[in-house]
Amino acid sequence: MMRSGPGRLVVAIAMLFAAAGTARAEIAVKVGVLNDRSGIYSDLAGEGSVIAAHMAVEDFKAAEKGIKVDIVSADHQNKPDIGSTIARQWYDQDGVDAILDVPTSSVALAVSQVTREKNKVFIVSGAGASDITGAQCSPNTIHWTYDTYSLAKGTAGAMVKNGGKSWFFLTADYAFGHALERDAAAIVKAAGGSVVDSVNVPFPATDFSSFLLQAQGSKADVIGLANAGGDTINAIKQASEFGIGEGGQKLAGLLVFLSDVHALGLKAAQGLVLTEAFYWDLNEGTRAWSKRFAERAGGKMPTMVHAGAYAGLQHYLKAVEALKSKDPMAVLAKMKATPTDDPIFGKGSIRVDGRTLHDMYLFEVKKPDESKGPYDYYKLITTIPAAEAFRPLNEGSCPLAK
Amino acid sequence: MHTIFGIPSQLLFGQLLLGLINGAFYALLSLGLAVIFGLLNIINFSHGAFYMLGAFLAWMLLTYCGIGYWWSLVLAPLIVGALGIAVERLLIARLYRLDPLYGLLLTFGLALVLQGVFRNIYGVSGLPYGIPSALAGGRNLGFMILPNYRAWVIALSLAVSISTWLAIEKTRLGATLRAATENPALVEAFGINVPLFVTVTYGFGVALAALAGVLAAPIYSVNPNMGADLIITVFAVVVIGGLGSILGSIVTGFGLGLAEGLTKVIYPEASSTVIFAIMIVVLLVKPNGLFGKAT
Repeated sequence: MMRSGPGRLVVAIAMLFAAAGTARAEIAVKVGVLNDRSGIYSDLAGEGSVIAAHMAVEDFKAAEKGIKVDIVSADHQNKPDIGSTIARQWYDQDGVDAILDVPTSSVALAVSQVTREKNKVFIVSGAGASDITGAQCSPNTIHWTYDTYSLAKGTAGAMVKNGGKSWFFLTADYAFGHALERDAAAIVKAAGGSVVDSVNVPFPATDFSSFLLQAQGSKADVIGLANAGGDTINAIKQASEFGIGEGGQKLAGLLVFLSDVHALGLKAAQGLVLTEAFYWDLNEGTRAWSKRFAERAGGKMPTMVHAGAYAGLQHYLKAVEALKSKDPMAVLAKMKATPTDDPIFGKGSIRVDGRTLHDMYLFEVKKPDESKGPYDYYKLITTIPAAEAFRPLNEGSCPLAK
Repeated sequence: MHTIFGIPSQLLFGQLLLGLINGAFYALLSLGLAVIFGLLNIINFSHGAFYMLGAFLAWMLLTYCGIGYWWSLVLAPLIVGALGIAVERLLIARLYRLDPLYGLLLTFGLALVLQGVFRNIYGVSGLPYGIPSALAGGRNLGFMILPNYRAWVIALSLAVSISTWLAIEKTRLGATLRAATENPALVEAFGINVPLFVTVTYGFGVALAALAGVLAAPIYSVNPNMGADLIITVFAVVVIGGLGSILGSIVTGFGLGLAEGLTKVIYPEASSTVIFAIMIVVLLVKPNGLFGKAT
């Protein structure tokens, strides 16, 4: 029972002060890392992205700046229906303010819609389809790290320049694979090459021999692998069996992650040309950060997806700090207005369609005798400057860009 | 160039041969399942996990002990078979008196645990395992390059499948085994140790899965999910062949490999579902499967 009279007044005043005190000192933000935690993309995203998110919060010293950050995580199993259900529950019931990561483009596109509907913030660092900032762009979605256009631009551009004129695509049969094939085919054609044929491979697949044989039969100069993760690993592993490479045909892994090269081994992966947004051994900043990451991730070096989750969350927190508010529209506007700057991606910016612009890198996988040990895998061929790496704003058919 | 069904004949032959290679894996895996189900009435959902274990053991033997492919081909099935025997004795044996559904749940749970443990330790991207040098390279058949290793896979799995079928259908040992599962009490009365028979049979079926795993290691990614990806298809193969029919599992294994291979040329998008479409049709026409006995 409440006491009456002056006692009750004292309690009420005390409570009022307490409430005012917390409101002034702290903004509570809840961030959900939503990705594949058990399937074929769980090494390149998975727990690593959660570690990266925690590192972002610690390095930002969020607590000292009066921002209390809670990080939750879930497994979307690469299924759009599961992903959007979790997103809805997070936004509606669990008070999540922003969702991070989300590899698998079909899931990312679904989560992007839910985020827009609920007016929250979505920072994609895992998925690749350039549609995320193209025809299906959203004012609530920011696309960090890479996209199918930038991958195609780097890898396909370089292959055509080196004489790979005719292409045959092995395409993972879902949003990402189709986007990657479309973007790569456009780059190939623009550079004067041609696309002989393509085959849609059910996702995910184990045996690529039939498809590789069709590609081999096509006599195309280049076999473009428009897939990712376990699919890419299996395809590359099996290509050498069928004498692809000896016959002069080249393989183009359009999306190859560091974790894939690690799984393939340098013997199978050597000579592959690939495009990435990040590599741990680029400069002082990336080496220092990656070393700290590896200590927490059981010795595994981060992929570009992990790096994107880190940088994306930090940029979000910067905006929250500057505004002293987590109002989604205000934060998104602030994120786009502030240049991005971190030790991992360097200096960059976020465009009105949500695309983050930063340098991309063209690498070649080292030969076994060139590597000093685990994770010493890439040689830098060229740096693709931010201004050239991504699809021009007016070509993406994003309504926000008009 | 000749064409068959509008497909260049060269391409078609190549695809058929590849289909046969995939069929070899289906046959080997469904054979183990059929032996276990046919003789013990256990629906062994952990079969895929044992297949994965076989591949991982090959990798572990090479990485930690320096033991190469050829020894792994013998050792991995033996080790996994022994593990299977332990599982049967310690866990499955307790469920024989219950509804077969409990066995299914137990083995399914076991598969999830095994996959989860390996996923936690090794991640999902897989581990590198090379083709043994004696089988590297390939020969040009005119219509395609047949990798020597894949030719070896077909040859070995055919040999193992046929010997298993012969051993169970044509030998005295096999006859005793079949009798023991048909009427355990009667066979026991003849002084035969039926539980031992059952245990060894389970171990053998599991060893077959591990053998398929070692065979798969050099060509597919060695990863914790490799069994889970395959096991559903293999179950479809067993159902189409007729649950428990050993000959059925071998013939449908190779046959469905061929059907899948053809689909990959004609309409690749459907190649992951064609087996299930066939399963539906077969079940509608012959509910006991192609080689199943009416019950």
